[in-house]
Amino acid sequence: MEMEQLVNLTIDNKQVQVAKGTTILKAAASIGIKIPTLCYYELKGQGIENKPGCCRVCVVEVEGKGNLAPACATNVSEGMVVKTHSLKVVNARRTVVELMLSDHPASCLTCAKSGKCELQTLAQELGIRDITFKGEQSTYRKDLSPAIIRDVNKCIMCRRCETVCNKLQTVGALSAVNRGFMAVVATAFEQDLAKSPCVMCGQCVQACPVGALAEVDHTRQVINALNDPKKTVVVQTAPAVRVAIGEEFGLTPGTRVTGKMAAALRRIGFDYVFDTDFAADLTIMEEGTEMLGRIDKYMKGDKSVKLPIMTSCCPGWVNFFETYYPDMLDIPSTAKSPMQMFGAVAKSYWVEKLGIKREDMVVVSIMPCVAKKFECQRDEFKTDGNPDVDYSLTTRELAELIKQFNIDFNSLPDEDFDNPLGASTGAAVIFGATGGVIEAATRTAYELFTGKTLEKVDFNELRGMDGVREATVDFNGTPIHIGIAHGLGNARKLLDKVKEGKEFFHAIEVMACPGGCVGGAGQPYHHGDFTKVERRFAAIYEEDKDKPLRKSHENPYIQQLYKEYLGEPCGEKSHHLLHTHYFDKSDKVEFVKE
Amino acid sequence: MAKVKLDDNKIQKIKDICAAHGNKAGEAINILHEVQNTFGYLPAEVQELIAEQIHVSAAHIYGIVTFYSFFTMLPKGEHPISVCLGTACYVRGSEKILDEFKRQLGINIGETTPDGKFSINCLRCVGACGLAPVALIGDKVYGRITTDQVKDILAEYQN
Repeated sequence: MEMEQLVNLTIDNKQVQVAKGTTILKAAASIGIKIPTLCYYELKGQGIENKPGCCRVCVVEVEGKGNLAPACATNVSEGMVVKTHSLKVVNARRTVVELMLSDHPASCLTCAKSGKCELQTLAQELGIRDITFKGEQSTYRKDLSPAIIRDVNKCIMCRRCETVCNKLQTVGALSAVNRGFMAVVATAFEQDLAKSPCVMCGQCVQACPVGALAEVDHTRQVINALNDPKKTVVVQTAPAVRVAIGEEFGLTPGTRVTGKMAAALRRIGFDYVFDTDFAADLTIMEEGTEMLGRIDKYMKGDKSVKLPIMTSCCPGWVNFFETYYPDMLDIPSTAKSPMQMFGAVAKSYWVEKLGIKREDMVVVSIMPCVAKKFECQRDEFKTDGNPDVDYSLTTRELAELIKQFNIDFNSLPDEDFDNPLGASTGAAVIFGATGGVIEAATRTAYELFTGKTLEKVDFNELRGMDGVREATVDFNGTPIHIGIAHGLGNARKLLDKVKEGKEFFHAIEVMACPGGCVGGAGQPYHHGDFTKVERRFAAIYEEDKDKPLRKSHENPYIQQLYKEYLGEPCGEKSHHLLHTHYFDKSDKVEFVKE
Repeated sequence: MAKVKLDDNKIQKIKDICAAHGNKAGEAINILHEVQNTFGYLPAEVQELIAEQIHVSAAHIYGIVTFYSFFTMLPKGEHPISVCLGTACYVRGSEKILDEFKRQLGINIGETTPDGKFSINCLRCVGACGLAPVALIGDKVYGRITTDQVKDILAEYQN
C-alpha cells in the first residue's frame, strides 16, 4: 500500500501534521482552529465542494509570502508557517467584508435570512460597526417562482447556489452571468426561474449564505386560515421535520421532538394534528402493490410491463424526470406523494366523516422541502380549483410560526397526533431518509410476495449515505435488485445506466436532496455542516426502532381506511384518489424548432 | 426553453460549427466566436442550440456570452461604427466624437438603430494614432475627425 505523504506545518504557533494535498483551512480545522469562510461550501461525503476562493474572507498570512492566501484553496506545504489572525489578516478580512456590505441592501431587519445569514454573522464577528465605503447599489428585480424567491440584489457571488444547481443536482438552471459590478448568478437570458429548467429542489436556497435565495413564505396565509371561523384547519407533518426542527430552538441536530412538535401544532390552533406518516403507510400500500404487480407480470413474461418501478414521493425528483427524462414517464410509480395522498384522503374521507364541505377544510403540510410548495399547486391535485393541500410550509416556516405564537417550544410536553390520520408505523418514519422509502416498501412487499412473516425488518444493505447504492434483497429465493440515489446528479447517473441497458433493477428510489428529506432544502440551514444531516438521518432510524409497528400494512387505521372507504390497494377508488400522471416538460431544456 | 425561429440552413450551419469542434463543452468559447463571425450576433435561440449540441446548460453559455464584451446578443447595424477610445484618440477628444455619434443616431454603445442601419461600438486603438481621433465605419477609417464632421460622415451612408 502506498504510504500517505505527510506534511508538517505551524498554524498560530501550533504544530500540525496533515496529509499532502490538505488545504490550510482543513489543516487548521484538524487542530480546532476555525478560519472564517463565506464562499466555501462543502457537503462532506457527497463529493460536493465549492471553493472558488473568490470571497477572500478566509485569507491567512503565510510566512515568506507577500500576498495573503485563501485558506480554502491553498494547499499546505512542508515547513509552512501560517498566521490566521495577525493584524494584516484581520484588517484584510474586515476590508473584504466591508466592501461586500457596501453594495449589500441594508434590509437585515426584514430579511428572510436574518439571524441565519452568514454575511451578517461575519460582520458581527469582525465587529464592523460602520461601512466606510459608499458605493452604487444593484437594482435587479425580484423573481418569484411558485416555491423560490430570488432577490439577487443581495447576491454576493459566492457561487454556492451555482455549484449545487450544476454539480450536485445537474439541473443547470443557474450560472454566473455578466461581469464586474453587474456580475450575478442568474438563469439563462435572466428569464424567470419558473421558465428555466429549475426543478425547485431548493438546494440553492439551502446553500445561499445570504438572503438572495429563499423559499416563498406562506405563513401569513396559514395564520389567516387558522383565524377563519368557517374553516377546519388540518395539519400534516413529514417524517424528516421531527428530527430537525429542534435545531431552530437550539437543540442538538438529531434531537427527536415529535411529541413537542405535535403539542406546538395543537397550541397554534390546528383543529386536527395529523401526520404525513399515515399517508406514507398508505403510499406503501399503493406503491408496494403496484410494484409487486409489475414484478409479477414481468416474471410471467409480459413484455409490456416496465421495470424498474421508480418512487414518486419527491417533488423535486418528479420535476426532474418530467424535464430531463420525458421518454421515461411511464416508469415511475403512479402513486401520489404521501403529502398529496394525505390531502386527497383528508378532503374526501375525512370531510365526509366530519360532515363538512371540502371547501371548508384547509389542509396545511409541514415539509422539509421547498419543492412541495410547487407540488401542492399542481393543477392535477385540485378539484374544481380547490387544492387537496392548500399550503405547504417548510420546517423553518413552522419554527417561525411557533415563535410568532410565542410558544416556548422546549418546555412543551410530549403529545400524540390525533387519530385516525395521525397513526403510523416505523416504515413511514424512514421515508425521511435516503433508502427509507424502498426499505419500507420492501418490508411490506416481502410479506405480500412470499406470504411469510418478515422476522428481521432492518434492511441494512439499503441504508447509508453513498450517493448511488445498489443492493439485492432475497424474497425467499427470488432476488430483487434495488437501486437508490439521492442528489439529482446521482439520480442521473443511475438513470443513464438504466436507459443504456447497462444494469437491471426491479425498483429504484430517488430523493432529490442529499441524505433524502433529512437534508431537504426546507430544513434548518446546515451551512455546509453535513454532520447535522447525518445526525438527523440516524435519528430517523431510532424513531423507527421505537415504533411498536414497523410495517405499513400493519397500521390498523390504514386497514380501517381500506375497509371503510377505499376498498383494495390500487382498486378503482384508490386509483382515482391516490394516483397521478406525469407531464413532458422537456421544452424547458430541449431545443425545439417551431 | 423557447421554441425558436431559426431556419434549417442556420441550424445546420451552427450544428456543423459545433461538430467541427467535436461538440466539446471545452470548446464553447471558440464555437461562440465562430458562430458570431458567421451570423454577426448570438441571439438566445442560437445560444440554446449551441448549449444542446455541446451538452451544457443554456445558463452556462449565457454566462460566457455576457462575460466577454466581444460577444453580443444584438445584431450589428448594416454600417457598424467603431470609435477608438485608445490613449492617443482619447486625449484628442474621441469621447466627444463618440457622444456626437450617439446624439445624432439616438442610440447607446452596443445598440443598433431601429432601421438596422447603424450600430455603435468603441474599441481600443486601431494602430492609426497619427490620425487621432479615429473612427471606423465598416472597414473605412476616418481620421482627425471633429464633432462638426459627424453629421456629414453619417450622411454618406444615408441612401
